[in-house]
Amino acid sequence: MIASLSASLFASEAGSSSFPILPALVFLPMIGALVIGLIPRSRPEVARQIAIITALTTGILSIALLIQFKTDDPGFQFVVQQTWVSSLDIKFFLGVDGISLFLVVLTGILFPIALFAAKPDNDPKGYYAWLTLLMAGCMGAFLALDLFLFFLMFEITLVPLYMLIGKWGHGRRVYAATKFFLYTMLGSAFMLVSIVCLAVLAKAGDGGTISFDFVKIIASDSLAQNTARWLFLGMAVAFAVKVPSFPFHTWLPDAHTEAPTAGSIDLAGILLKLGTYGFLRYGLELFPEATVWFAPVMLTLGAIGIIYGGIVAAMQKNLKRLVAYSSVAHMGFAIMGLFALNTLGVEGSIMQMVNHGISTGALFILLGFLYTRRHTYEISSLKGIAKSAPVFAGLFTVVMLSSIGLPGLNGFVGEFMILLGTFMAHRWWAVVATAGVIIAALYLLWAYQRVFHGEPDEANASFPDLNLSERLVMVPLIGLIVFLGVYPKPVLDRIEPSVHRVLSRMEEKVDRYNEPDTQAGRGLDLLLIEKSGESAGHGDHAGVEVGK
Amino acid sequence: MIALGSILAQTQPLTDALVGAASTSGSASEGTVSLAGPSVDWSALLPMLILLVGGLLVLTFSSFLRGKAPRGLFSTVTVAIAVAAAISAVPLWARVQNWSSLLGWELSPSQPGPFSTVGGAVGIDGFGIFVIITLCAGVILAALLANAYLRREDMEGPEFYVLMLISAAGGVIMAMSNDLIVLFIGLETLSIAVYVMAGMHLRRSQSQESGMKYFILGAFSSAFFLYGIAMIYGATGSTNLVEIKNFMAQVVPVQNGLLLIGLGLLLVGLAFKVSAVPFHAWSPDVYDGAPTPAVAWMAAGVKAAAFAGLVRIFVLTFSNYGSTWKPMIYALAILSMVVGAALAIVQSNVKRMLAYSSISHAGFILMAVQAGSEQGNSATVFYLAVYTFMVAGSFGIATLVGGRGDGNHQLSDYKGLSRSNPQLAIAFTILLLAQAGIPFTAGFFAKFYAITAAVNAHSTPLAIVAMVSAVISAFLYLRVIVAMFMSGGDDGNDGPEPAHSTRIRIPLSAGIALTICVVVTIGYGIVPDLLVNPARDAQPALVQFERPITSISNR
Repeated sequence: MIASLSASLFASEAGSSSFPILPALVFLPMIGALVIGLIPRSRPEVARQIAIITALTTGILSIALLIQFKTDDPGFQFVVQQTWVSSLDIKFFLGVDGISLFLVVLTGILFPIALFAAKPDNDPKGYYAWLTLLMAGCMGAFLALDLFLFFLMFEITLVPLYMLIGKWGHGRRVYAATKFFLYTMLGSAFMLVSIVCLAVLAKAGDGGTISFDFVKIIASDSLAQNTARWLFLGMAVAFAVKVPSFPFHTWLPDAHTEAPTAGSIDLAGILLKLGTYGFLRYGLELFPEATVWFAPVMLTLGAIGIIYGGIVAAMQKNLKRLVAYSSVAHMGFAIMGLFALNTLGVEGSIMQMVNHGISTGALFILLGFLYTRRHTYEISSLKGIAKSAPVFAGLFTVVMLSSIGLPGLNGFVGEFMILLGTFMAHRWWAVVATAGVIIAALYLLWAYQRVFHGEPDEANASFPDLNLSERLVMVPLIGLIVFLGVYPKPVLDRIEPSVHRVLSRMEEKVDRYNEPDTQAGRGLDLLLIEKSGESAGHGDHAGVEVGK
Repeated sequence: MIALGSILAQTQPLTDALVGAASTSGSASEGTVSLAGPSVDWSALLPMLILLVGGLLVLTFSSFLRGKAPRGLFSTVTVAIAVAAAISAVPLWARVQNWSSLLGWELSPSQPGPFSTVGGAVGIDGFGIFVIITLCAGVILAALLANAYLRREDMEGPEFYVLMLISAAGGVIMAMSNDLIVLFIGLETLSIAVYVMAGMHLRRSQSQESGMKYFILGAFSSAFFLYGIAMIYGATGSTNLVEIKNFMAQVVPVQNGLLLIGLGLLLVGLAFKVSAVPFHAWSPDVYDGAPTPAVAWMAAGVKAAAFAGLVRIFVLTFSNYGSTWKPMIYALAILSMVVGAALAIVQSNVKRMLAYSSISHAGFILMAVQAGSEQGNSATVFYLAVYTFMVAGSFGIATLVGGRGDGNHQLSDYKGLSRSNPQLAIAFTILLLAQAGIPFTAGFFAKFYAITAAVNAHSTPLAIVAMVSAVISAFLYLRVIVAMFMSGGDDGNDGPEPAHSTRIRIPLSAGIALTICVVVTIGYGIVPDLLVNPARDAQPALVQFERPITSISNR
């Protein structure tokens, strides 16, 4: 069993390219940040150039990774292993599979865009240094296959973002930054204890010693049921704070509202995904039984998040806070899809993570443009902008519709798959969540109407439209929004084998997983997958076709 | 001795043990007139002797200079002495670890492995040597920081350095003591010198106060410790750790009241020195008042030495009595971590903040001690070594920001430091984040190692409390970072470039010390193996003193 598992996980190891692409993804931004730190303060433009070159190169590398990625391989590819702390079997262990692939690519795309989209008010050197360091941390967290390394990367992202919010943010930035830092750190405190307990108890190292190696721990599989549940809970707190899932979300609106534009983009686009990604990788894969056991709780939290986030978003007077709460709702969908625990749900959840990164990132970029012109996010002081800035309004419409989940744009694919997957496994939760889709349309359209429609007053009449560079920044995101909405198959094809790997292991390990209703759901699920495969064969988009 | 022992515990195994002990110890005095003192392996005492004799020589020769000492002379000499002491410990390490060669030199130690000497009163093992080297590092850093400080405060002279060297010698004695009395001598040598250091700043009344406070409370704790020794002696019939351990291995004391009281009193004495809650009340006042470089030494050196004593007595000697002392240390660890962290965040004085955070750190180290395992010992020395650099660097920056008069320690004095002195602000940020336990710093790995040791010893609740308290104290470090970096207006504008005059001049020696601290903190965070492997080998050991046959012979 162990041998076959590790064989399947490392099937592609021999065939990986000789260039160490994964370490490059982590170290390039790290080195970039160091170089920026060494530049004299009087040359801020050099800092910006280096930051952009670093981020762009990393982005291109991540695309190269996407191209070289073997579609049908469910295991980890491009694996790199290097002993780090020998006595505790801590390794510098990186690898990518279908689950992490698109989050890595998303990181590679969003960071350069965030750099282009916004400039700091003061002290640019520090700003660019922290931003590139944040990129390194995100890359590392998605690629790490050693629990210790993952924790390091997960935790190190706090410092740059703390600095970005606290120094370059708006209004109550220090309060928001500190709240963000402490909240997340408290969550990860429990995760650290869980990780250590897991490493100690799993005894996965050679000769039953301590080990932090993700693959070895999965293979060792020696945890008592009760222990596994406690450890899952410890990890879940950290991830739920990061996502943020319903009762742990209060740091997010503050952090988002006060963060500078680039901080908001990366926070919403990348960092929140660390939470859902963590659930998938270190929850579903590490603790299958505990995941099934806790699934109803998590589904409920997801559903509450969807409804609550939507309702609170509708009440907001500040556009950034509105988008922040809409993130709570969207991430509620991602959580729900994960804990539907069937292929459709989990795949949809990964799609949702990517989509949310793109569309919310784009929304924050647009809000950043708005802020540089009007220096406010208050809905009440904005009016009739569509008249004075038609391009801006048009782009906003597309992005907003993607966020609502309009069929044909990317947001729909993920949410639809999640709802379908959840409906098959736990239908009442799906019924509740469906209301969330309607609420999303409500709050976004209402806000849009108040901000863009009507006759502009004096301040808004002179609202300058987007200039060329600002339009160019939006091009890749709009392109992705439409492409993923129409033709998500390339993404789903790469996600699917890895998701199957996780779920089939779960099926193998957990008896309760084959409960009657779940069984029925999976039957339907398999049927649909076949159907979607057929429809994809006709060159049609899988997600939408399934619904018809 | 025999009479006392047999009155105390009238059990058969005990008397057997004592008869056995008496017969072996009797053999030495069998001869007619034995004037031979205990055999001394001088090389084992070399680190202590270098520090002690070095300190005395500095004092003696400084009187010939009549105040005409070149700038930085004493500081340089002190650093040289500490480096020499650290180097002299390296061959001992090689011997204890049974290395076959050191830097190309062939080694063939006659008795490899840990050994004891001076009639069994001194034991040389990996743990002790590791702590000795840590103490030397503390002396080096504090001496570098003190150089410019003493000049700034018009306190130039050899006294500070001499006292520090003597107190370091006391610490070394503690780290290699194999006898409670020797441990006590070390503790007193260490403490008395530090009492004087605390009160050395003659023009600051807080310094006088802190010296007095530290002295009175310290004297109390020493008395507790001494009383504890007496109790242990009464219960076990010896002050020698080896004999106590042997005794404990052979008998199960039925009425162990004496032993319990003795252990408790010893713990009180040492917990005072490491400033564990509830014996911490002195430390904020003393840290606040004492000259800042002296505080760097107190926080780094005194703590390390006291923890060495703690490990030697509890983990090593009473290893099979863990069910008695572990709960006590468990409680102390929880209290120290939580109370230290909670009280730290309400302070507005940076030195007091660091004092409370050092209490919290003591809790973390206690957690590692409490594990009572080999991993726990490694975690203890790892934490101590890392903490020495983190805390010496932090107080080093406080020394510089303190300004002439050593009074600018309010949080508001750190406002805008990132603009007037960016290097200083970044260095402090790194050191503070390391203390908070942020990844890629040595401080994170120290906490991680301590937690791993605790979890391995089935103290998971302790690990959870530790992590939560780490989050609480993170708030305190963030407050300092906010003051340094984010003190600008609401619009994010920090105002005009600060005037050149507000810039703090960083003296060369302090710059070197801070660079060392930052480099070590980051370096061990990225390559922890460099320190983990020695720490893993730094295990304490109690070795029965083998009396060389030649030394017994009469003339």
